[in-house]
Amino acid sequence: MTLQCVDARVSAGGRELLHGITATLRPGRFTAILGPNGAGKSTLLSLLSAQRRPDAGQVLLDGQPVQALSAHALALRRAVMPQESAVAFDFTAREVAELGRYPHRRQPTADEAGIVEQALAATDVTALAPRIFNTLSGGEKARVHLARALAQVWAPLPGGAARWLLLDEPTAALDLAHQHQALRLLRGWAHGQGVGVAAVLHDLNLALRYADDALLLAHGEAASHGPVAEVLTAERIARIWGIDCTPVQTGDGVLQYLFN
Amino acid sequence: MTAPRLAPRTALVLGLALVLLAFMAGAASGAYPIAPAELLRMLAGGVQDTPAQLVFLNIRLPRLLLGVAAGAGLGVAGALMQGLFRNPLADPGLIGISSGAALAAGVVIVLGTQWFPALPHTLGSWTLMLAAFAGGLGVTLLIYLFAQGPSGTHIGLMLLAGVAVNAVAAAGLGYLNFIATDEQLRNIQFWLLGSLGGARWSAVALVAALVAVACTAALAWARPLNAIALGEAQAALLGVNVERVKRAAVVITALAVGAVTATTGIIGFVGLIAPHWVRLVAGPDHRVVLPGAALLGAALVLAADAVARTVAQPAELPLGVLTAFIGGPMFLFMLRRFRSRV
Repeated sequence: MTLQCVDARVSAGGRELLHGITATLRPGRFTAILGPNGAGKSTLLSLLSAQRRPDAGQVLLDGQPVQALSAHALALRRAVMPQESAVAFDFTAREVAELGRYPHRRQPTADEAGIVEQALAATDVTALAPRIFNTLSGGEKARVHLARALAQVWAPLPGGAARWLLLDEPTAALDLAHQHQALRLLRGWAHGQGVGVAAVLHDLNLALRYADDALLLAHGEAASHGPVAEVLTAERIARIWGIDCTPVQTGDGVLQYLFN
Repeated sequence: MTAPRLAPRTALVLGLALVLLAFMAGAASGAYPIAPAELLRMLAGGVQDTPAQLVFLNIRLPRLLLGVAAGAGLGVAGALMQGLFRNPLADPGLIGISSGAALAAGVVIVLGTQWFPALPHTLGSWTLMLAAFAGGLGVTLLIYLFAQGPSGTHIGLMLLAGVAVNAVAAAGLGYLNFIATDEQLRNIQFWLLGSLGGARWSAVALVAALVAVACTAALAWARPLNAIALGEAQAALLGVNVERVKRAAVVITALAVGAVTATTGIIGFVGLIAPHWVRLVAGPDHRVVLPGAALLGAALVLAADAVARTVAQPAELPLGVLTAFIGGPMFLFMLRRFRSRV
């Protein structure tokens, strides 16, 4: 069970955004997609989510081209958390999270409402549920969208197929505590439930602390892919971001960097 | 901020009560007033062959049913358009149905006798209705086809094309006004302001059937429209076939509003405010907004028509004037009351 890009190329406006990316993601692992602005992270995520088709190459889910799957079949297998998303009309936070259950409307579980409540609780937005989504702060909105994504792939699939969570900068708008809470939650879903998690992240230290693997992009190419601590070396960070850094070990034994 | 709302069922029961109230008021009032008690006896089937019954069955009842169909069709179409465009300011006129129908009606009224002398061209004639229906559908199709692109129907493009095509149609109508005789001009104006006066059983049955089909079909798209509130991209990621939703919404709207407009002329404002109103009291879930807008639209048109028939007796005020006159202030009142939610 894999989610793969095979020599995937994407161009837009006469410029090639991705020059042939080949990468294999596996369920049960949390992969951080890293790289400077404009490196092609969001483009890669939109390929993996089948939001966009590669101009050349392929995106495969369990060896099958994603275009061959219906929007509905894909929606049962993977949820996507957008970077930002305006919601039209005065839907409440709970109603927005409930939309995550849309793909399951024909075969609802015994407790659809319970799933939504648990998802809201998981991202710490239960208290916000009756409030109108558009009146929430950026970070609160992000947590509601995360709850929606979790609700979408909440239960294991009947055939045992892997579920995927694809997230575009899930922590960008979150405060320090919620950044850690959200990533701990995602790691828990990967390790505990065998869900494949891929998240675009900017904070390298968060990636080092929570991700299993890192896929490092630079100028539309995969610069490195592997266990996060092997990908994120001080030399590589200096080369790609142009920032010197000093490795430190935290009290709990996690590698982190101090940026000079 | 939390959202105090009526439960869906309460809101719909309330809407239904409003329709019944407006229906009874409309049945009782007019050039030949029918006392409420007599009306109830008649509805129960207790009276036969009285003048009141003849008036009721042949004139008033078809008119009331046309009012229900017109209001329901306009309301549900308004809700579909606002949901599709993700914009509370959208209304069915935006995609060219009204302007296309108006232009075609204008052509029949002004040039009909010249071009097709054999056909009837009076207000309420089949020629005028069919032309208006075809005109509305044709212009909508034109706008829809114009907005096709590599990634499907471009909603923003459709909106802009609608503005441009509406302007061209208005210019065409302006030219027709310019060359029209005084009587033709009056007829155009009368048509543009809407009226339920042309209600005959045959036309009413056809429009009511079309609107009933449209309303039923619209309900099936309630949940996809909810998902589209997140944006087209997010809706697609949830498994919504966004292109199908767009096509269905446009077809349903064009059929319902096309049929209504062809029979009644242009009844403004109902499609815009009915869905709004429902959202203010019952929230934005399309499972409530679609049927709720149909009910409120019907109640509004019935009430406006009752007033139109009574205030200037024996003359009738144009319906479009009344829907805006009644709907506008009520809507302002609602906005004031729920201002924090707008």
